[in-house]
Amino acid sequence: MKKPVNVVIAGLGGQGVIKASDILSEAAFRSGFEVKKSEIHGMSQRGGSVTSDVRFGPQVFSPMVPPGEADFLVVLAPDQVEVNRGQLRAGGVLIAPDLIDPAALSNRKSFNVALLGALSTHLEISEDNWQASLHAVLPEKLHVANEQAFAAGRRAVAARLQP
Amino acid sequence: MSLTDRQLLSGDSAIALAALHGGVALGTGYPGTPSTEILEYLSHIGGKAQWSPNEKVALEVGIGVAYAGARSLVTMKHVGLNVAADPFFSVAHTGVVGALVVVSADDPGMASSQNEQDNRRYAVAAAVPMLEPSDSQEAYDYTLAAIEISERWKIPVLLRVTTRICHTQAPVQPRAALVPPQPRFEHDLRGRNLIPSNARPAHRRLRQKLSELTEWSEATPLNQIISGDKKLGIITSGVCYMHAREAFPDASFLKLGFTHPLPLKKIAGFVRSVERCVVIEEGDPYLADAIRAAGLMVESKPEMFRFGELNVDRVRRILAHDHSPEPVRPPGKPPELCDGCGHHVVFQALKNLDCIVAGDIGCYALGVLPPYSAMDCCVCMGSSIPIGLGLRHVLPPAEARRVVSVIGDSTFVHSGMTGLAEMIYNPPPTGHVVVILDNSTTAMTGHQEHPGTGRSLDHAATGKVVYEDLGRALGIKDVRVFPLGKDCAEFQEMLIAALASEKLVLIVARRPCVLAAKNIREYEKCAACATAQEVLVK
Repeated sequence: MKKPVNVVIAGLGGQGVIKASDILSEAAFRSGFEVKKSEIHGMSQRGGSVTSDVRFGPQVFSPMVPPGEADFLVVLAPDQVEVNRGQLRAGGVLIAPDLIDPAALSNRKSFNVALLGALSTHLEISEDNWQASLHAVLPEKLHVANEQAFAAGRRAVAARLQP
Repeated sequence: MSLTDRQLLSGDSAIALAALHGGVALGTGYPGTPSTEILEYLSHIGGKAQWSPNEKVALEVGIGVAYAGARSLVTMKHVGLNVAADPFFSVAHTGVVGALVVVSADDPGMASSQNEQDNRRYAVAAAVPMLEPSDSQEAYDYTLAAIEISERWKIPVLLRVTTRICHTQAPVQPRAALVPPQPRFEHDLRGRNLIPSNARPAHRRLRQKLSELTEWSEATPLNQIISGDKKLGIITSGVCYMHAREAFPDASFLKLGFTHPLPLKKIAGFVRSVERCVVIEEGDPYLADAIRAAGLMVESKPEMFRFGELNVDRVRRILAHDHSPEPVRPPGKPPELCDGCGHHVVFQALKNLDCIVAGDIGCYALGVLPPYSAMDCCVCMGSSIPIGLGLRHVLPPAEARRVVSVIGDSTFVHSGMTGLAEMIYNPPPTGHVVVILDNSTTAMTGHQEHPGTGRSLDHAATGKVVYEDLGRALGIKDVRVFPLGKDCAEFQEMLIAALASEKLVLIVARRPCVLAAKNIREYEKCAACATAQEVLVK
């Protein structure tokens, strides 16, 4: 049995953690993977810590990423990096908030999608499926800003990889 | 995408879709994490759904629907079933005509709840059949199965889900819709009037149904054996099946989807077929106790795993007899009252005056956290007013005069009104002060409407309960409406005067939730347009 890809997205209430995980899970689903996405709602709406687990692959059982088994940890708030670092497996990839300057985005609220752009460079999900997912999950008036943010995230990774 | 395509859905949405495809005529409930989205989604996809003042009322409306021969879905969080327990037990005795499916969304780990009760106990106590899905697909399939079981045996069915079922998105393949029955009333005076002479045979009929359901439970594919390595057998249900299957993919499994009444013969056969048999379940040892009581030797989890959710790691620990302390995740940032929230002013005043505060369930329970630390208790929906009265009755007068009850608007409608009746009927010698924190929405669960907002579940205008009118009608002489601003001083002055009066005082402290205010303005505008159009048509 091939293991699923494990992604944990973390941040604070209101930052778009859940929306980012919606976009990722929809993109993975459109790519033909089995998908499970799980998070805790409720009290988190009031500015508290929020994490969302997304798992996809040929087969997914538990909806929760087992502790210390995340392949990717995407963090939207600087103070949530250390809190969640333990989720990452040895050799796992951290997508940290300092990768992107929110001020450089046309809409600061699309910071979550910019980090997804960065994450996308590591995943076997086609550009088409990402675009389709962005369009399916977000209202039309936000499409352009989020497409730009997604591209900015991809560029930020490419820039870091330059020697 | 159409509603019949394979799609990603949360367990809550899957239940709603099944209700639509299952011909449910009306969904009722009261908002409560993690159940809230079921009715919201049912309404969104074109089903009929409405919020009730509380879970008891929601279930009673559902009973009426089912007595009329139509199908009914009633949703609530686990503690909601405590409120609805009275009709729940009795409707098991009367039985139903159309389906009555009661969804209890339990919250192991208490992500957003005041206790960790395991509502599987309710199925046993009320003698109703219970289904436990393990993912979104099963949430869909089992909702339809619950409708079929309910109509076949004319009995209410408990669909027991947990946070990780409700709030996990996973693929769902819908199936062909069920044909809904045509509602029509038939008298059944002896069957539905639970006076003792009718209730005695009703109880016997209920036990006969359960006995038939026990036989059915032995054969239904909802209880499924997945053959694997005979060295290890795991008996499990709900999301725990998923954790266990991932942790021990090669083991044999008895996956129980229909968990009351239990198929004890099937369980016995499974226990005998494996060398080591372990029960994996969250919360109470419901399965393990029942299986052991039947004389079967199975391993159960140690007490430390009664608390919180299970996950893959914890299942591995249970199987490995690893009782060492578990790693503690670093604490995240706790939630807090939003900037600009009207509750700030009230809690600042309560803190300044060193009040003894009987609180209630809602966003304002955050008043217990710093910087205010100004709430002395928060027990259950509506408890603030009676507990405040109890404190007033016995505390020395100097302390009694500082007692204030605070309750949110939705919570007040849910179960605060009887507290006011108690206050009028049994007033403490020092009087009492009740503050309704009216933010014009059910904020904590994500801004649902309620009878005090004057808008129905889909935000259309409807009748409205006005708290100040209600308070006066109940006989409270001193009722004050205070529009909350940013400044605390004026509210504090009024509170001082109210406390000093030693009379019964109801204060409605009003300011729409800052997160909901924009939407509320939109709804009000729409309502105004609709009224204008009606006038034009006339």
